[in-house]
Amino acid sequence: MNGAQILIECLKREGVKAIFGYPGGQVLPLFDKLYDSDIRFILVRHEQGAAHAADGYARATGKPGVCIATSGPGATNLVTGIANAYMDSIPMIAITGQVKTFLIGNDAFQEADVTGITRPITKHNFLVKDVKDLARTMREAFYIATTGRPGPVVIDVPSDVQLAECEFKWPETVDIRSYNPTYQGHPGQIKKAAKLIADAKKPIIYAGGGVITSGASEELKELVVKLNAPITWTLMGIGSFPSDHELSLGMLGMHGTAYANHSIMESDLIIAVGARFDDRVTGRLDAFAPHAKIIHIDIDPSSISKNVKVDVPIVGDAKMILGELLKEIKKIPDTTEWLKTVKAWKDKHPMQYKQDGLLKPQYVIEQLYELTKGDCIITTEVGQNQMWAAQWYKYKNPRTFISSGGLGTMGFGFPAAMGAKIACPDKLVVDIAGDGSIQMNIQELGTCICNKINVKVFILNNGYLGMVRQWQELFYKKRYSHVCITSPDFVKLAESYGAVGIRVTKKEEVRPALERAIAEDNVVFVDFVVEPEENVYPMVPAGEAINRIIGGLA
Amino acid sequence: MRHTISVLVENKFGVLARVAGLFSARGYNIASLAVSETLDPSISYMTIVVEVKDESILEQIMKQLNKLIDVITVTDFTKKEHADRELVLVKVDYSAKEKAKLDSVVKKYAAKIIQCNDDNVIIEAVGEQTQIKELLETLNKFGIQELIRTGRIAMAY
Repeated sequence: MNGAQILIECLKREGVKAIFGYPGGQVLPLFDKLYDSDIRFILVRHEQGAAHAADGYARATGKPGVCIATSGPGATNLVTGIANAYMDSIPMIAITGQVKTFLIGNDAFQEADVTGITRPITKHNFLVKDVKDLARTMREAFYIATTGRPGPVVIDVPSDVQLAECEFKWPETVDIRSYNPTYQGHPGQIKKAAKLIADAKKPIIYAGGGVITSGASEELKELVVKLNAPITWTLMGIGSFPSDHELSLGMLGMHGTAYANHSIMESDLIIAVGARFDDRVTGRLDAFAPHAKIIHIDIDPSSISKNVKVDVPIVGDAKMILGELLKEIKKIPDTTEWLKTVKAWKDKHPMQYKQDGLLKPQYVIEQLYELTKGDCIITTEVGQNQMWAAQWYKYKNPRTFISSGGLGTMGFGFPAAMGAKIACPDKLVVDIAGDGSIQMNIQELGTCICNKINVKVFILNNGYLGMVRQWQELFYKKRYSHVCITSPDFVKLAESYGAVGIRVTKKEEVRPALERAIAEDNVVFVDFVVEPEENVYPMVPAGEAINRIIGGLA
Repeated sequence: MRHTISVLVENKFGVLARVAGLFSARGYNIASLAVSETLDPSISYMTIVVEVKDESILEQIMKQLNKLIDVITVTDFTKKEHADRELVLVKVDYSAKEKAKLDSVVKKYAAKIIQCNDDNVIIEAVGEQTQIKELLETLNKFGIQELIRTGRIAMAY
């Protein structure tokens, strides 16, 4: 076999069903063999779209997403998507072409030092200089990407290596002496955690994306119910626990619910599961949860005591550790009084918005929930649309909310929806977008139409880069510097590609438009023309303690 | 405070860049760095001296290093009994009338004159940081023209 055939054989053996990518000079040998392969290949319109689609595919399934690009500009166009997957610990394999081995370092045409560029934004990367190393490298790459704390892995393959011949040998096992992730929690630490739980009066559970990665939702629910304790989650933790459960407080942090923030600030025990105390969650660090002891369950030791000092760290897999912890908990705290206090905050600061004036973006999302009742995969762009999608839709299942958490990548949602739809063709997949974000990867409309990837894009069109405008309104004296953005006629644009375009300007048009969009057997863009200066509330200004909530009705 | 840490890594191209990149990306300071192959040619040994404000940063550095796939083990020597040495080459002004004086300094510090030129000599010395520091202070009186040092290497007892 030649290198290209080996690559494809490895992808097959790893169970890859779909690849997102774009051809080019240094992947010609690979594409020649892809021509004969039965792996589904989705030709995107821009490599960034391929990376985000692979990412969306991975988030929807838990399986690694795969993207391919050529050397130089092809590879650098993947970079944002790779960084995005890295920040959110998403398993992804990016295969890039490279100039021939003897040209590397010569500033050859379309050459870029891809392993150099992607080193700080990958879990690991490889430059394969010898075809004999290719099969083992592919095996290791998938192993690294999908185990421990997952992440993207780049494999840079010079075109002469793709052409070189060698005998194909599939390594049955992977053994990397320097890489041994911990899964089992330390029994002593789990005992200590159980003791802290027994002594707590005001416990709260704080769930992150790690719960979803590890598939620990069942165990998490058991813990919440057993302790009769309130639960809050991060943006990445959305879907780890049903939002409509009575113990759920919704998301916490900068745009979290007021009652989640008050609850965590007043708690005396935080049980953090697969969350990393990110600055968007903790606000001012030295004021964060001053009375709380912290149990921190995480598979990545470097996440522990990075931002917040932890009392009982437990390194390992969330599902396994929660299982062990549940067995270890003998004494359950009485949370009756605590839940009363939490309920009072819920009653005093409910999530609400003013139903006056023009069409409200929150209303659109509420209506989408009313129509779908959680049976839908929602991806988001980044900014106000993302926060409204996080706040106003009631997610019930893991992997139904797909959003760029750590990196905050505008332009993520549409290609991610594409990836999710390829992974789950029978599911309704909706991208909740803003008029700014959608224009960052709008070229993927072509991909969706050509491949019949019938995603629905709901644009909350307020004519602004809304989140930046909101910050300028609140913190820069309403000096709206370069945030007013014009858009094409999204209806005509959709139609020009062969998609369906619908415009909605009034409240009463929302429900029929959503119904039609879902019913259409096509890609649909709905342009919701909404209140231009609606803000996302509640809000905690950056750097403030998270109970210092400003504005709105909250 | 300064800490000496040793890092065993896979002896592959790009590993030094991964380690160095980690320090620069996260804003940690490397005071010195020494790298070489070990008895096992597939493994390299790095001795890194880092300057950190508090223990929590050192803990992060060790955890982040451990997270790199090509890193096999990370050891902090601060809490371990160990020997550490560095090597310096010093080019010092030389005049015949000061020869005796210079010889006694060289002898005291178990250093060596490895090259004698018309108006200078190159001295090689190996020692712990404090010894090297003392030696350099003494040699300064003769006039140091040039100084090269290797950075610290360390070995546990």
